[in-house]
Amino acid sequence: MYPIVKKRVLNETVTLMEVEAPLVARKAKPGQFIIFRIDEEGERVPLTIAGYDRERGTVTIIFQKVGYTTEKLDTLNEGDSLLDFVGPLGEPSHTEGIRRCAVIGGGLGVAIAYPQAKALHDAGAEVDLIVGFRNEHLIILKDELEAACTNLIIMTDDGSNGNKGFVTQALQKQIDAGRNYDTVIAIGPLPMMKAVCEMTREPKIRTIVSMNPIMIDGTGMCGGCRLTVGGETKFACVDGPDFDGHLVDFDEAMARGRMFRPEEARAKEKHLCRMTGEAR
Amino acid sequence: MANMSLQKHPMPEQDPVVRAGNFKEVALGYTPEIAVEEAQRCLHCKNAPCVTGCPVNVPIPDFIDRIKEGDFEGAYQVIRSQNALPAICGRVCPQESQCESKCVRGIKGEPVGIGRLERFAADTAMAAGKANAGKAPACGKKAAVIGSGPAGLTCAGQLAKAGWDVTVYEALHTAGGVLMYGIPEFRLPKALVEREISSLKELGVKIITNAVAGKAFTVDELLEEGNDAVFIGSGAGLPNFQKIPGESLCGVYSANEFLTRLNLMKAYTFPEHDTPVKVGAHVAVIGGGNVAMDAARCAKRLGAEVTILYRRSEAEMPARAEEVHHAKEEGIHFHMLTAPTSIEGDENGFVKSIRCIEMKLGEPDERGRRRPVPIEGSEYELPMETVIVAIGNSPNPLIKKTTPDLPTERWGGIQTDENGRTGKKNVYAGGDAVTGAATVILAMGAGKKAAAAILEDHPS
Repeated sequence: MYPIVKKRVLNETVTLMEVEAPLVARKAKPGQFIIFRIDEEGERVPLTIAGYDRERGTVTIIFQKVGYTTEKLDTLNEGDSLLDFVGPLGEPSHTEGIRRCAVIGGGLGVAIAYPQAKALHDAGAEVDLIVGFRNEHLIILKDELEAACTNLIIMTDDGSNGNKGFVTQALQKQIDAGRNYDTVIAIGPLPMMKAVCEMTREPKIRTIVSMNPIMIDGTGMCGGCRLTVGGETKFACVDGPDFDGHLVDFDEAMARGRMFRPEEARAKEKHLCRMTGEAR
Repeated sequence: MANMSLQKHPMPEQDPVVRAGNFKEVALGYTPEIAVEEAQRCLHCKNAPCVTGCPVNVPIPDFIDRIKEGDFEGAYQVIRSQNALPAICGRVCPQESQCESKCVRGIKGEPVGIGRLERFAADTAMAAGKANAGKAPACGKKAAVIGSGPAGLTCAGQLAKAGWDVTVYEALHTAGGVLMYGIPEFRLPKALVEREISSLKELGVKIITNAVAGKAFTVDELLEEGNDAVFIGSGAGLPNFQKIPGESLCGVYSANEFLTRLNLMKAYTFPEHDTPVKVGAHVAVIGGGNVAMDAARCAKRLGAEVTILYRRSEAEMPARAEEVHHAKEEGIHFHMLTAPTSIEGDENGFVKSIRCIEMKLGEPDERGRRRPVPIEGSEYELPMETVIVAIGNSPNPLIKKTTPDLPTERWGGIQTDENGRTGKKNVYAGGDAVTGAATVILAMGAGKKAAAAILEDHPS
């Protein structure tokens, strides 16, 4: 069992948890992920590692309530435990040699962009952190973000924080203004990562994306997480999750991400029934 | 007086029409009366040719004698002396090419039903709660076993019996490896695997789940942490694909993914269990091995029309004859001498059909199997919503990557001598991680040999 030692609600849909998992904390590096399972009936769900404390033996995860399992995870509290928590899985991010970069985070992706930006910033790189949310109430980790970069640009879809637009528009503005990035790191929803890659393709700025496809074991066994990268089949769990964004077939990844939509809806329906105590 | 019937007593089975709609075990097992009767077919040959066909050297005539006498518990203990997992072997061993292929009764008529008797003895003893062999006195030696599949469990059991302190590390959340995630419930009930594993725990074997070798720890760290020996039984976990167009469409699964969703995650009970599986009305399974049969029979149980596509003819099929027979009985279609050339998708990225080409058999390849050659102009298309690729697995690279001084073959398998010693001191390996995808019993045989080598190299 893996006890939840801290829970912090970041906004109405996003929650941070610190989980005691010494075997994971001992080896975790930025860019890697874990897989958790809540209980005996639970599914295995991958989440990127948002932070770790080797001494305390804890790993931080940040998740958004998007489906049945994440809704259920959110009902747990400090003192409760997860049945399974395995990792660190995947290859760590390769950020060596980066001097001037833009780290782009969209929505929940901000939670993962944050440790990346912090690691780069701590290593002395110049980091523009460009993050986007639907509205100002959804902005998370503002203080942490500020401390993890050279420039912080927060965009909102509705302009409620006074800065209306998408992260891609902000990135374009920075590129046009002559910010000479050697690398762009994009983490967030697939359409956002795709749009960033389209933008950086022409000026030939190296762009790294973090993929989060459906997977089961996370060790290369099921092949469910396969992606086409540069015309070759890659497994996100062992070859990634970071890939050269200019080589990723995003349209295929988006189609694969929709494979179990109807089943997810069915599972969520069951969840609501359990919560209200109504019969299915 | 020996029972001179030329046929082995048939295995009582669930009716094919009924069982194609459930996940309960197909074979129901012998009753005590049938078992004693079948045991009486054994001639107790002095030279026991059957034993030479057994990768773990079970003293077959001895245990069958006990069954004849009605001493079922004694029969089980005789098997247990050489085989750590009898209830499993009695079900999934290819006896027809091992022990039973050497049986003298098979010269004229059918061999003795050794596998069925082994299963009977194990089930009877376990049902009576007689599975516990007791802990051996500690000898002060310590071993780490990577992987809790048949190779790892067998190696761990042998070492524990010799008094070693053994810890097994498993990457998944449940111990058992392919016995849990791969082989379906209707062929190997999971409760039974769990019972076999708990009897290993009673021997003192510790099992740590959610522990991925090469990620959470390395082989070198296990040695530094005071293990006298490390055994690698990590299996052949990485699924192969055909590299034909359309393999990334929604609705295409590796057999590993499909079987793991069903067996380990219990997707056939969805939404009771949270992991879903999606199966269309028409399912194609590519491949001709036991895994292909398992996948096809699972899909059938989910209500699909299932077609197996195999590029050679039935004679070359690597699957056990019994599995092919069961699949046919359950109404699975076989398209032999058929190779898929592409999978076609609809506008949403879901599978809508599979294109195939007919094959004929040409010259034998290096393994002596006749090579399939495409027949020009014979292409055709079958409507499909689901495609399951069951064409084998490659060894998982995680351990190789993080243990640079462990010699491996070019295709990724770990190099060992015939007793499981690798090129790295105090490191042993066995099972699919060494041989590539093979059988449960060969992996068990390798685990047992490696345990013997470990005991020989580390005398207490």
